Amino acid sequence: MLQNLPTNVAEEGAELSSAIDAVVARHGAKRSALLPILQDILAERGEISYLAMQMVADRLGAAPSEVQGVVTFYSFLEVETRGRHVIRLCRTLSCMMAGTRDVGAALEAELGIPFGGTTADGMFTLEWANCIGMCCTPPALLADAEALGEVTPAQVGEVIGALRAANVRE
Amino acid sequence: MIVRTPLTLAAVQPDSGLHAALGQAPAEVIEELARSGIRGRGGAGFRTGLKWRLAAEAPAPDGRRHVVCNADEGEPGNFKDRALLRVVPDLVFEGMTIGAWSIGATSGVVYLRGEYVYLRQGLEDCLARRRKAGLLGNNILGTPGFDFDIDIRLGSGAYICGEETALLESLEGRRGEPRNRLPYPVVRGLHQAPTIVNNVETFAWVPAILARGASWFVGIGTPGSTGPKLLSVSGDVERPGVYEFPFGVTIGELLEASGGEDAHAVVGGGASGVCIPATDFNRAISYEEVSTGGAIIALGPHRDLLDVAENFLEFFVDESCGQCTPCRLGNPVLLEGVRSLKRGDCTAKRLGELQHLGHTMQATAKCGLGQTSPNFFLSLVDRFGPEILDRVPV
Repeated sequence: MLQNLPTNVAEEGAELSSAIDAVVARHGAKRSALLPILQDILAERGEISYLAMQMVADRLGAAPSEVQGVVTFYSFLEVETRGRHVIRLCRTLSCMMAGTRDVGAALEAELGIPFGGTTADGMFTLEWANCIGMCCTPPALLADAEALGEVTPAQVGEVIGALRAANVRE
Repeated sequence: MIVRTPLTLAAVQPDSGLHAALGQAPAEVIEELARSGIRGRGGAGFRTGLKWRLAAEAPAPDGRRHVVCNADEGEPGNFKDRALLRVVPDLVFEGMTIGAWSIGATSGVVYLRGEYVYLRQGLEDCLARRRKAGLLGNNILGTPGFDFDIDIRLGSGAYICGEETALLESLEGRRGEPRNRLPYPVVRGLHQAPTIVNNVETFAWVPAILARGASWFVGIGTPGSTGPKLLSVSGDVERPGVYEFPFGVTIGELLEASGGEDAHAVVGGGASGVCIPATDFNRAISYEEVSTGGAIIALGPHRDLLDVAENFLEFFVDESCGQCTPCRLGNPVLLEGVRSLKRGDCTAKRLGELQHLGHTMQATAKCGLGQTSPNFFLSLVDRFGPEILDRVPV
């Protein structure tokens, strides 16, 4: 985890510091705003680094360890850099009964990474999710903020391709 | 979204409930709710009228009270709140506004699970329309001094935050670890102020009750479980989706409606619920008999019920907040026990120990998560003994 610490805080932290100030200004420098603040930092930067946690703690008057405690508690908050797109495949009962494992295998093959991994180009992170409330159209996954139901292994290439194409358009 | 039956709520006249409420004193509104017999639709079944009365009567030293809508619909097999937030978001907000009038609150929060982030924009748009129409903000509907507004806050992937005190911790910017009770949130909830925390569906029924009267609601359902209930049906059925039935509908009737007649068991209530064998399909869904927040998962004859127990316990091992010992350590032991049963190397003595552990967790875990996580396993052993035991070495 030490690699999360930059070598020179003053130098590498300036840009991060102003980014965090902007996020904190949006939600208010109060403890109850911690989750929205962390959610925005993750959305903007693709990670919540140790330095970011320290700066947020400083702005809110909280202990850095408390901020770390919050980040590590929630499965959608990430310390480590994740891919630009996060695919979360549901592994709870109704999806599992409808063939989640086959979709999972197709995703691993398509992306060339195991669950928990991020592609080398930093484009995709693949994760398991617990029930995402799509039990009526299983198996289901979250592709970033979108929920997709009745996903077949054959469709996986299409789903990933659409996300790649979206990046090209950007 | 697959809604398989007409919804009573879809036909409720918009804002008629709020108009009716504002024509009455807050205590009268609460009395009307109490007369309707409505109980919490999230599954715990606490009487809504009583909850609101306790919050209205609790001292609020700084004058603040809060209305919190629990939209952290994380119980596996449940998705009816997702449907309501799409189809009738106005009714949910209207119900929260009636709650604010009833208890004297000025601020409201919807805690929306992070997995439902795609619903957020629609809800924000709905709130904006309501503000513009004078249904939120200051002097709501021209009522002097009635100021109330609603924020939407997003969860970040933690089942435990559906537990109301964990939800409040999360709203305050902390880990979602359940609080000790007493005090209950109605006395000291969000930021230590009296707070009502209600399920999405509970709030949605409130305007309907105010608009149509308590006696209308009492006329539907059973004596102890009044009103209609939204149910999330999934698993081995031909037509999974959201169904509305009066409380008292039997499991068999629900399976017939959804095309799951050949199920040999159902999960009643999600991962924290119980395993119900086909011989009990004549039992009614109600607080008195089969109590559920709404999830029914049908299990066809080809399903291994130990696979189901294993899936649920993997879920709980993952989602336990880790704060109390019975839950943190108990769930992994139960999971290993189920795996051992599957392998066929769990002895009868060991099975007895696992049951004892499950009962201990039910009695001693700090919150509902650890108190209910052994339910499915224990009901499986109780109701499907032979099916389980024939894999136990003598």
